[in-house]
Amino acid sequence: MSDSPVLVHHGEVEIAHEHPHLPYQRHHFETMAQQNDATNFAMWLFLLTEIMFFGGLFTAYLIYRNWYYPAFVAGSHQLNVIWGGINTLVLITSSFTMAMGVWCAETRRQSQLVLCLVLTFILGLGFLGIKTIEYKEKIEKHHVPGFHYSLQSFLNPDSDKEAKAAGDKPMALDMARHTEVYFSLYFAMTGMHALHMIIGIGILGFMILRARAGGYTTGHITFVENFGLYWHFVDIVWIFLFPLLYLISRHAQ
Amino acid sequence: MSTDTIVSLPDQSTARIPKVNFLNKENGLLSWLLTGDHKRIAILYLISITFFFFIGGALAGLIRLELLTPQSDLMATDTYNKVFTMHGVIMIFFFLVPSVPATLGNFLIPLMLGAKDLALPKVNLLSWYLYMAGGILALYTMITGGVDTGWTFTTPLSTHYVNTNVLTTGLAVFVAGFSSIFTGLNFIVTIHKMRAPGMTWFRMPLFVWAHYAASILMVLGTPVLAIAIVLVALERTIGIGVFDPTKGGDPLLFQHLFWFYSHPAVYIMILPGMGVISETISTFSRKRVFGYTAVAFSSVAIAVFGFFVWAHHMFIMGISNYSMLVFSLLTMLVAVPSAIKIFNWAFTLYKGSITFETPMLYTFGFMGLFTIGGLTGVFLGTSGTDIHLTETYFIVAHFHFVMVGGMLMAFLAGIHFWWPKMTGRMYPEKISQLAAVVTFIGFNLTFFPQFILGTLGMPRRYASYPPEFQILNVFSTAGATILGVGYLLPVLYLTWSLKYGAIAGNNPWQATGLEWQTQSPPLTENFLVTPIMDHEAYDYEWLDGQKQKEVASVG
Amino acid sequence: MSHISPIIWQFLVKWMTNFPLFPPEASTIAPQMDALYFFMVLVSLIGLTLVILLVTSFSILYSKKRHPVAVQIEGSTLLEATWTIIPLGLFLVMFVWGALIYFRVYTPPANAMNIYVVGKQWMWKAEHPGGQHEINALHVPVGRAVQLTLISQDVFHSFSIPAFRVKREAIPGRYTTVWFEATMPGTYHLFCTQYCGTDHSHMVGDVVVMTPEDFKKWLSSSTSGASLAQNGERLFASLSCAACHNARPDARGPSLANVYGSRLSLSSGGTVLADDAYLRESILNPSQHITQGYAPIMPTYQGQVSEEGVIALVEYIKNLNSDYRVQQTTNTTDMLPQSEGKAAVAGQNSAGQNAAAQKSAGQKPAGQGMVKP
Repeated sequence: MSDSPVLVHHGEVEIAHEHPHLPYQRHHFETMAQQNDATNFAMWLFLLTEIMFFGGLFTAYLIYRNWYYPAFVAGSHQLNVIWGGINTLVLITSSFTMAMGVWCAETRRQSQLVLCLVLTFILGLGFLGIKTIEYKEKIEKHHVPGFHYSLQSFLNPDSDKEAKAAGDKPMALDMARHTEVYFSLYFAMTGMHALHMIIGIGILGFMILRARAGGYTTGHITFVENFGLYWHFVDIVWIFLFPLLYLISRHAQ
Repeated sequence: MSTDTIVSLPDQSTARIPKVNFLNKENGLLSWLLTGDHKRIAILYLISITFFFFIGGALAGLIRLELLTPQSDLMATDTYNKVFTMHGVIMIFFFLVPSVPATLGNFLIPLMLGAKDLALPKVNLLSWYLYMAGGILALYTMITGGVDTGWTFTTPLSTHYVNTNVLTTGLAVFVAGFSSIFTGLNFIVTIHKMRAPGMTWFRMPLFVWAHYAASILMVLGTPVLAIAIVLVALERTIGIGVFDPTKGGDPLLFQHLFWFYSHPAVYIMILPGMGVISETISTFSRKRVFGYTAVAFSSVAIAVFGFFVWAHHMFIMGISNYSMLVFSLLTMLVAVPSAIKIFNWAFTLYKGSITFETPMLYTFGFMGLFTIGGLTGVFLGTSGTDIHLTETYFIVAHFHFVMVGGMLMAFLAGIHFWWPKMTGRMYPEKISQLAAVVTFIGFNLTFFPQFILGTLGMPRRYASYPPEFQILNVFSTAGATILGVGYLLPVLYLTWSLKYGAIAGNNPWQATGLEWQTQSPPLTENFLVTPIMDHEAYDYEWLDGQKQKEVASVG
Repeated sequence: MSHISPIIWQFLVKWMTNFPLFPPEASTIAPQMDALYFFMVLVSLIGLTLVILLVTSFSILYSKKRHPVAVQIEGSTLLEATWTIIPLGLFLVMFVWGALIYFRVYTPPANAMNIYVVGKQWMWKAEHPGGQHEINALHVPVGRAVQLTLISQDVFHSFSIPAFRVKREAIPGRYTTVWFEATMPGTYHLFCTQYCGTDHSHMVGDVVVMTPEDFKKWLSSSTSGASLAQNGERLFASLSCAACHNARPDARGPSLANVYGSRLSLSSGGTVLADDAYLRESILNPSQHITQGYAPIMPTYQGQVSEEGVIALVEYIKNLNSDYRVQQTTNTTDMLPQSEGKAAVAGQNSAGQNAAAQKSAGQKPAGQGMVKP
């Protein structure tokens, strides 16, 4: 062997070199630690791109809320804080079960892992179900932006249960029209969030099958860990969405 | 050894392509379509990118033909609008953004770092599939009627006033965007976590530094474009009002979101090209790059400043005077690192031992054209002159000097430089030198007249124009013909060389990078033994030492 | 020579000897901008020459033939600093110089004559204060500052006059301004430079610069009978604006006389300068622009008035120096049946308004602010 370990080979050499690989170590990593490091790092970077993705929406929200504050307040009164609050609880609980799932995978408790994943799965579905109920209310009241958008609840709040309950006063037509911007952002933001939930639930379904087959209790838990990061991220987005969309005017006056 | 070249090839009568390499390890179409090997994915990218480049190029040819005469006589204005839109979309999202990173970067970053592969091979393959899905969708759009919003998708034009395939094009760009995000993400993880022992940050080749900077931009910028496109799509389909002034939305918000990506996108396009130039200029002058750290940090500086200059696209759109001041000033700052790079490359030649193979000719082409492109960018970043020059052919000429004169020259330099590594065979030298010269001449003839046209005030995206502008347009079209020949030549002779090129051996250029210290084409896992980096980048003395040892051990 | 194709012949003889390389300088800002432009061209040429000189001289001096063994050099902090600081300094000079010109182009002088320009797919409509309309053309006098107030009715457009070196986007939903002072009579190109759809390249026109005398003649020959402000007055009447904005003691809306250019306190707090943009916004989105002391009862006129209509109203309010005319129009509208639209009102002349005013003389208010100097 020469002094320099960088080998310069001429001619043909067969690969005779093998690492003592663990079965789940990908061939191109030197060590398991490197593999776990790299995949975790990749997941964090991916979450960074997700932050930028939602960042665009949050920027739009900030600008319009500043411009059309009364419309945003009236719009937020149309949302059901109870359902929203329940959904927040549901999501936080699902984050807890997910975190427990990661712990179960770490400590190789297969049946408990499956239980945790199934719970997370159900809670995720529950969130979407509640979201559907909320969307349905909006559709019925023609609060979906577009051609059928109705200003009734804002021009004539006495005719509207939620607006009346919140004590809304009739709005000027021009400001009432801007509630459409509020609902545009409401649907864009919660819709994008729900899309992330749906993708997450799909992956969870796949993970439950793998976990039942003992896929994550062999000591290699990067996938569960990284999915956990994703799930917590989606949760955190909601933690921002909930106060921004539902609780606009509910601070101490 | 002749004195005017550094090429040293093995004895052609006995040399053979290594029996086992990444190209022949497995055979069959499936082994390519399901591969995780970064080198094979790079080849897949190279083929698909070339395909899209020639489609975009054909559209450019149509544009130049239409502009031969002042009237819109070759095609209707509508058709012309679709042609330039598709030219922009294909060239930017399906050629320039992935060009160097996805082909050369993909192939070389693991090799240069002494790694066996990128950190996430499956994600790498996924990003190629996403790219293809986006590309095919874009072609489908083109065939089924096209789109005429311009590649900038300006609202409210794109949301309310055109009746063409905005949605499918948007989706194509969205999908291609994810391809770009995953490529960038993969590079960052690889550069952080996969470096060989001894490969410290400041021993990395500048090619890797440039890709690192570009990757940051890809990862942080592209999602913002994605959300802007989603909002455009929602506005077109269900009529939400985020960008619609009649509903209280602000169309300028779209401009902000769009340029927040699309300005950094030009650095995504040019930075990897700068990386190529750093490698070639060092190799062909046998010298360490002058001011290595300055060049490395200037890449990072471009990436950082590049995020805060987007509103210089909006100087005449009614942004406030104060934001104009901030963005104009930052634009001036981002111009400085580019100037630093140019002078560092020029001084790399000082007291070197220079040879003029094809990659070096393209490199010189890059330096000249990029200098012009960069300096004319200052005309546009200066708020006063921007008023007169923006939205005219001046800006068209400027970004073609940077993108085509800069990036494409760098891409061709890189393709020629690493061709022997990728295929194991040399390209034919004389004809490729001719192609480099033809490209340079054709390029200048095509795009230089456009600076004058722009100063005269000829607006961009015009199918017809006042007759006094015709002569300069004739020059430009004539140049485009020459340029077309210049681009066709490499396709022909590079394909020829796959079979008939001389066997290159491991290190035909006597270059120092780790990628040259393994066989050509490399093994699937790149190195037999994980290399240990015990010297600085571009250390030609180390290389000489290696050669002497080798001679000693063989002799 | 007769065998030569006529096209090539034309190419060689006519075009090659006669094509422009630089646009005419036809405004006061043009020479200033060109000075900066040529300064930048000069700097660029020096920079480019320097790079070319370095590359070629090094290539010759240190080619492998002449200089077979390279000398390794690490770098030089001094040189690095040089080519960081010198370009930075030059760029900063350009930045400051450019910003000064930018402010000049977009800050109209106080005495500028205002012309409104509405962009729509695919034409430019110019509205002179005297009521003259033009499509895809703009007539302006030489030696007089002209301010353009631009707005778009649909998509982004951009109003560009290369010979004047000015350009400004016309944006849907907000006014933008630009000004120039033409220095040379003649006809110049007018382009739309922001891509705006199918016939973008046909959205072109002529800017005709005339001597002041010719311009006067042109104004009087192309008048449409009523000035822009008069059109605005008719619209003001037909929309019943004066029902509230009538300056009576019991008026539900603020008086609009002399409101233009003043600072108003808003009910939402803060003050705002009542400029064109503010007037437009308060017609279309009134609830966000309530003057202090008034209730937010004004309806929005979004969708009821075209951009040209808004311009006419703005022009009318701008020129409103006294409440007298408003009160006259109030009385006029009292006479009008509600169903009668804008067209009917537009048909009336001011004589008719006066006649109508006589009939309801009893409503004449107390003298407060009736005639202002």
